[in-house]
Amino acid sequence: MAAQSGPLGRMLDSDLWWSFKRSPVTVVSAVVALICILGAVLAPLLAPHDPFDLATLNLGDAFKPPAWSQDGDMAFPLGTDDQGRDVLSAIMYGARISLLVGVCAVVFSTIVGVAVGLVAGYVGGAVDGLLMRIADIQLTFPSILIALLVDGVVRAAVPREVHDRIALFVVIFAIGISAWPQFARTVRGSTLVERNKEYVLAARVIGISQIRIMLTHVLPNVLGPVLVIATLNLGFAILAEATLSFLGVGVPPTEPSLGTLIRIGNDFLFSGEWWITIFPGVALIAMVLSVNLLGDWLRDALNPRLR
Amino acid sequence: MAPILEVRNLRVEFPTRRGTLVALDDVSFDIAPGEVLGVVGESGAGKSMTGAAIIGLLEPPGRIASGQVLLAGKRIDNLGYEQMRRIRGREIGAIFQDPLTTLNPLYTVGRQLVETIQTHLGLNDAEARRRAIGWLEMVGIPAASQRVDSYPHEFSGGMRQRVVIALALCAEPKLIVADEPTTALDVSIQAQVIALLKGLARDKGTAMMLVTHDMGVIAETADRVAVMYAGRIAEIGPVREVVKHPKHPYSVGLMASIPPLDRRVEHLAQIDGAMPRLSAIPPGCAFNPRCPEVFGRCRVERPDLLDAGATRAACWLYDPASEKRAPEAMRHG
Amino acid sequence: MVETTPMFEADDLARYFDVSRPWLQRVLAGEGRRTLKAVDGVSFRIPKGTTLSLVGESGCGKSTVARLVVGLYRPTRGRVLFDGIDLEQARAMADQRRRMQMIFQDPYASLNPRWRVRDIIAEPIRAFGLIEGGAAQQRRVGELLSQVGLSPLDGEKFPHEFSGGQRQRISIARALSSNPEFLVCDEPTSALDVSVQAQILNLMKDLQRRLGLTYLFISHNLAVVRQISDRIGVMYLGRLVELAPAETLFEAPRHPYTRALMEAIPDLDMTGRQRIPVGGEVPSPISPPSGCPFHPRCPLANDRCKAERPALIPARGTPETVVACHAVEEGRDGAAFVTMNQRMGTTATAL
Repeated sequence: MAAQSGPLGRMLDSDLWWSFKRSPVTVVSAVVALICILGAVLAPLLAPHDPFDLATLNLGDAFKPPAWSQDGDMAFPLGTDDQGRDVLSAIMYGARISLLVGVCAVVFSTIVGVAVGLVAGYVGGAVDGLLMRIADIQLTFPSILIALLVDGVVRAAVPREVHDRIALFVVIFAIGISAWPQFARTVRGSTLVERNKEYVLAARVIGISQIRIMLTHVLPNVLGPVLVIATLNLGFAILAEATLSFLGVGVPPTEPSLGTLIRIGNDFLFSGEWWITIFPGVALIAMVLSVNLLGDWLRDALNPRLR
Repeated sequence: MAPILEVRNLRVEFPTRRGTLVALDDVSFDIAPGEVLGVVGESGAGKSMTGAAIIGLLEPPGRIASGQVLLAGKRIDNLGYEQMRRIRGREIGAIFQDPLTTLNPLYTVGRQLVETIQTHLGLNDAEARRRAIGWLEMVGIPAASQRVDSYPHEFSGGMRQRVVIALALCAEPKLIVADEPTTALDVSIQAQVIALLKGLARDKGTAMMLVTHDMGVIAETADRVAVMYAGRIAEIGPVREVVKHPKHPYSVGLMASIPPLDRRVEHLAQIDGAMPRLSAIPPGCAFNPRCPEVFGRCRVERPDLLDAGATRAACWLYDPASEKRAPEAMRHG
Repeated sequence: MVETTPMFEADDLARYFDVSRPWLQRVLAGEGRRTLKAVDGVSFRIPKGTTLSLVGESGCGKSTVARLVVGLYRPTRGRVLFDGIDLEQARAMADQRRRMQMIFQDPYASLNPRWRVRDIIAEPIRAFGLIEGGAAQQRRVGELLSQVGLSPLDGEKFPHEFSGGQRQRISIARALSSNPEFLVCDEPTSALDVSVQAQILNLMKDLQRRLGLTYLFISHNLAVVRQISDRIGVMYLGRLVELAPAETLFEAPRHPYTRALMEAIPDLDMTGRQRIPVGGEVPSPISPPSGCPFHPRCPLANDRCKAERPALIPARGTPETVVACHAVEEGRDGAAFVTMNQRMGTTATAL
């Protein structure tokens, strides 16, 4: 066994890295996901134009087709929309919003779900019953419905200008809140197994407090499956955000996400300006698919029974 | 009498990303009709894997890399899955530690017995059922004619293992491979099951390979014993000799470390260290880092089974050409 | 002789579990609550510096006793004293809690797989605030590792890098780190291979001598128990059926169940003695037999055994033994008792 030292050496030596290298689909997915994420995060540096800078917009550039077609312009590789915005730049900035909403929603539902699952599984009894029934009830509603509901309530409750300011958070909350039961159930299941293991009993014998046992002993041992669900949920969250924005109840149009771009472009699909909606759509598919494939691989790689 | 099972230079490999692990290496033995061969060793020694290789149930990616397994003179190590499955029912009976892995929870034990009997012996329904009840009686299930229609979960652990034994025996196989058949049972039940297995094997002339880590079970049941260490046979011979006068230093240590029931000893004999992992088997004799008798040759050359009096031991102490000979006490026991 | 306070004393200790099915199912099936009497009235005392072992087959309640003793379960009934202090009060005081520790059966489950060995061993030190300062703590961890036969450098590793026997050594080092006086060991060697089992038993005996520890040792293996115990209690269906000094128990086992257990052990010496297996199986502790729980399997059972539960009283002939058996009390075990003694005698001379 080659003695590799340092965190990088350990990673390159790990079983995870080995199974990663052996799966070409996973490697391609990782590359695509990386391109999407880098393109989104570094949009202000990489994008050829700033689609939000009204000064640079020129209505004369409107409806330019992609660069490779007859009327194309090399300055706008994927063409422009009705207001002369560069589609590529809009996608990069839009992906930034989509990714931000997706990641925040997943983090939110992970925190809520893990906390609920840990408490339900470790404390057990009536607390467990109550928390799991709440999760059951929530699971009977389609998640999009919950998101629409939350959005509707907030719209009705706060004035419009306030809503625009908090719209992003509303979407994150709406998507995040619909996904927590999945985390809670998984974590509860693993917690039920771990809490009866002898290392937990050993900690109880010396009188370590229950909260401390939950956080230092049980929590680190139930996080494996959480990582898998979180990855798979990221794809779902991005898609949910796109759906909400497509329906016009998502992020405000001043900060268009991929879903918003698809909706706007949809109006021009039948008049021949297909690139305005197709390219954001392709970007969305690439992002969601690559993240999901990575999640699938992670699930298989971490499951010793499938290895 | 011609042996029922012959294992010739069996080698089992596990290809992994860190290279190929050799789980079994050059394992050879025979079992005669009516004979019980005990296979002992500590966890990871390869005893269960030997059983799995013989019955064609190696866990992938494990595979037989070389060597032969012959059942009644015919090779079975190179058969396909389907052919092997048929042989497992009819010619080889398998008994595992957990009876639930063998029994189908959805069918009554009677139906499972009848099916096996019919598949292999081709009897009609009534006759097969009569046989099934007969087998349940033979393995000591009280009120067999009523229990025959019970489901596996309606039996206790000990009774379930009896059903598994009946199931393994009812097709009247030539060979039984029993892997820790009594380990999951309580002491008082263990004795009943062992007595049963031994009696049946003797009466029917069935060859039996009994894999266990419990030397007591072996001493009671087996005719011959193979002691395994790190994927190889360290010593093989008549049970009385191996238990009472072991020749290989590992067998000596193993026997000595068993706590005696009839007296208290202040300091139990122990073998220091642990068996090496498959990925780190030392050169020469695999036991050399833990061996109290180790000498130069052991660290370099790997010993094959050599005549050591009444048994055969894979140890250089028994090679007349070695510079060191076994201590007097070990040679004569 | 001056009677010092025993390290541990249990009087009529009991623990019941509610194993009823959920309320709705119970109502639909028209059945009542079901109680499993895992431990049902067990009394014993463990003098300081000695080892009491509890033996029995699975389901006899021996592991439940172990968990009651360290306070993982609360007793349903009974009085338990730790060094003269009521157990519940003792558990509430850190400096008393520190004095008792537990070693578990499964070396693969008893160490947190995400923690480094040094943190596992140091956990009790930190929890009780025994040593201040990281460097001093690590020195102590190194000492403990050496004490159990491992290298101080092993502290940097994770549990999965060790074999079963080495992990059990780590468990012992962890248990010792709070300088305990009383160790409860629940089948500490039954998951180990026999040569490694000998290592661990030797280590435990050695530590007892050096540190003056008191052990409660739980096991199903009579041969192991003989090597380590001063006194042995045999349990059957939640009760003690016999309690005797170790040598007395092996030389003159009195309860028919104790004798059956010894009979059932495979004979390694191959003296050719015919073993007489105990018939039948252990009944369910949810619906134990009336009277003496062993009566359905007992060759000496009569009508009294079926009706009346025998009390644990000194046995005739071996007054240091207490035994719960009507047959022994009435002297009906005579013949069997003599044969057993003779057989044990021949085994010993055969060696």
